[in-house]
Amino acid sequence: MMTFVSHRGVIAALDRANVDTDQIIPKQFLKSISRTGFGAHLFHDWRYRPDGAPDPEFPLNAPAARGASILVTRHNFGCGSSREHAVWAIQQYGIRVLLAPARTPEGGVAPQERGAPARREGGASIPAFADIFRNNCVKNGLLTVELSEAEVNEIIRMVERFPGLEASVDLEHQRVVLHVDEELAFHFDIDAPTKDHLIRGLDDIGLTLDHEAEIAAFEARHDAQWSPGGGP
Amino acid sequence: MGKTLFEKIWDSHVVAVRPDGASLLYIDRHLVHEVTSPQAFEGLRLRGRAVRRPELTVATMDHNVPTDSRTDIADPISRAQIEALSRNCLEFGIRLYDLASDRQGIVHVIGPELGLTLPGTTIVCGDSHTSTHGAFGALAFGIGTSEVEHVLATQCLPQRLPKTFRVEFTGRLRPWVTAKDMILKLIGTIGTAGGTGCVFEYAGDAVLALSMEGRMTICNMSIEAGARAGLIAPDDTTYAYLASDNRPFRPQGAVFGEAVARWRALPSDPDAAFDRTLTIDASAIAPQVTWGTSPGMVVDVTGRVPQPDAVPGYTPRDVEQALDYMGLRPGTPMTEIPIQTVFIGSCTNSRIEDLRAAAAMLRGRTVAPGVRVLVVPGSQQVRAQAEAEGLHTVFRKAGCDWRLAGCSMCLGMNPDQLRPGERCASTSNRNFEGRQGKGGRTHLVSPQMAAAAALTGRFVDLRTWSEASSIGGTHE
Repeated sequence: MMTFVSHRGVIAALDRANVDTDQIIPKQFLKSISRTGFGAHLFHDWRYRPDGAPDPEFPLNAPAARGASILVTRHNFGCGSSREHAVWAIQQYGIRVLLAPARTPEGGVAPQERGAPARREGGASIPAFADIFRNNCVKNGLLTVELSEAEVNEIIRMVERFPGLEASVDLEHQRVVLHVDEELAFHFDIDAPTKDHLIRGLDDIGLTLDHEAEIAAFEARHDAQWSPGGGP
Repeated sequence: MGKTLFEKIWDSHVVAVRPDGASLLYIDRHLVHEVTSPQAFEGLRLRGRAVRRPELTVATMDHNVPTDSRTDIADPISRAQIEALSRNCLEFGIRLYDLASDRQGIVHVIGPELGLTLPGTTIVCGDSHTSTHGAFGALAFGIGTSEVEHVLATQCLPQRLPKTFRVEFTGRLRPWVTAKDMILKLIGTIGTAGGTGCVFEYAGDAVLALSMEGRMTICNMSIEAGARAGLIAPDDTTYAYLASDNRPFRPQGAVFGEAVARWRALPSDPDAAFDRTLTIDASAIAPQVTWGTSPGMVVDVTGRVPQPDAVPGYTPRDVEQALDYMGLRPGTPMTEIPIQTVFIGSCTNSRIEDLRAAAAMLRGRTVAPGVRVLVVPGSQQVRAQAEAEGLHTVFRKAGCDWRLAGCSMCLGMNPDQLRPGERCASTSNRNFEGRQGKGGRTHLVSPQMAAAAALTGRFVDLRTWSEASSIGGTHE
């Protein structure tokens, strides 16, 4: 897989929440049996008009966003279908990093947390990235950075104010820097195994196959219970 | 302290802990379809890797397949993808239920039907609605294509322990309120990300009272609340479903009885603790209809299209964007929204009970003028069963189009699509922009609500609809 250590490039903003994988790569492009060729179809239904011309209103079509390799967006990005094509499309378009905020909404019903005395004020926190999508990103070396809502508000404001703005993302030091006159830096958290996977670009299947003896031993004791019956 | 159902399944499937801290979870069943697998098989070829346990993987074709003909796949790219699956299954020795098979169908419909889906097992598939199989007390979740390759090569998946989230539906459902309304109510309550990082366990009297079909509908849409998996403890309803003679992959004969005895130990212990809990009064749930472009944008059928600043969990801008796409104005009663199309199908609601419920509404009636209705059984087995019961005649006489099995208009990868601006009452699971066709407008509802929409051309409150009183048949 592709490694990720650090990256500097143009940052673009897609100021929208709950962007689902159907939007990232619509179904008509899932018929390919290849792993390439998805970049041209990223955000297809938003990016192009019905006549096939680029829609100038779509943020990635702005002249200043040309060649953007960092995308800042809103919470719950990548929800919906498990299609890994969404990650391939983002990467093949040229995007190396996604930034999005976790959000704590007002209102709504929050579940009871273990050990918590009562229902918290406001709703449960909404994560920056959907679960399967984030997992698919790690497998492909696409970095997802979760920031606070205030930080993302600030970044989107800067992107709107300075079209074509460049940013740097340093995974080692867990920092995002906006290259405005006075550099604006943001720290982000990331779990150690994910960070390690991205920096070293490990062969995930190879890591599992290192446990061949344990897998075989497990199968020897587990199979009798769970092997399927005859079948039609 | 006792263990939850989830913890029991997890603990009995951990093979090892990798140096990176991920638990290697053994996968008992791997389901494969044509869309998310070709690149996984290609990855195996590139690395010279074999499929470790081909007999634990079962494949079918569902997403792309035409539902009007089994032989004529007009789209050459769809055909190429379907043919690629046939080649891959042949090359790697994987059992395939292809378009010629009377067992073909939506992967999440045929797994349970075949008896592949069993309590206490782990099941994965390159499809987010794999959560469906949790209805049997199986830990089942959707994965990406890299993970499909991982499972093919190793029969294991590196996983991090998710949180447990118990959702209890207390009380009894009112007439005309269904499992679909329960899950839509949950999503509307906690939002489309409310379960992220969690495995749900659905419990409570209203869940226990559901059939397996209803339980599958609920578990199916766990992912629409952000959770990768949803579980329901197995019980006598589960065992009765599995005991059917038509479940060829389940344990047979005396072994089945032994398996049931083991499965009886699976339900969560009374003193087990969950990371989160939520209680919903099922008796207070009304028929649900979505109004927006996210499954959490949902109201009671008696409600109205909301004001942009009045939707918990969504910003006014989210709501305005959704209403603009949906062509709806705030304040419009849901029962005054005209629809042009009805889709009864998908891995959420295409099983025999769903079709019976819809047919009970449509029997002896005709669909409203100008409304097109697609009824797409979830599998060829469901289709055969429905035809044995004469349901196809009911649908056809009412003016519906009776189709062959597949995912169909749930995601419109095949020719079954909405046109721009076309508004659809759909029993599927996602109302995303363009999901059922570019520019199409989707309202998610139960099969009963969809059938009533077909008859009237709009949404009706089944509980007070005068026509409903004369309808027998199933309504949970």
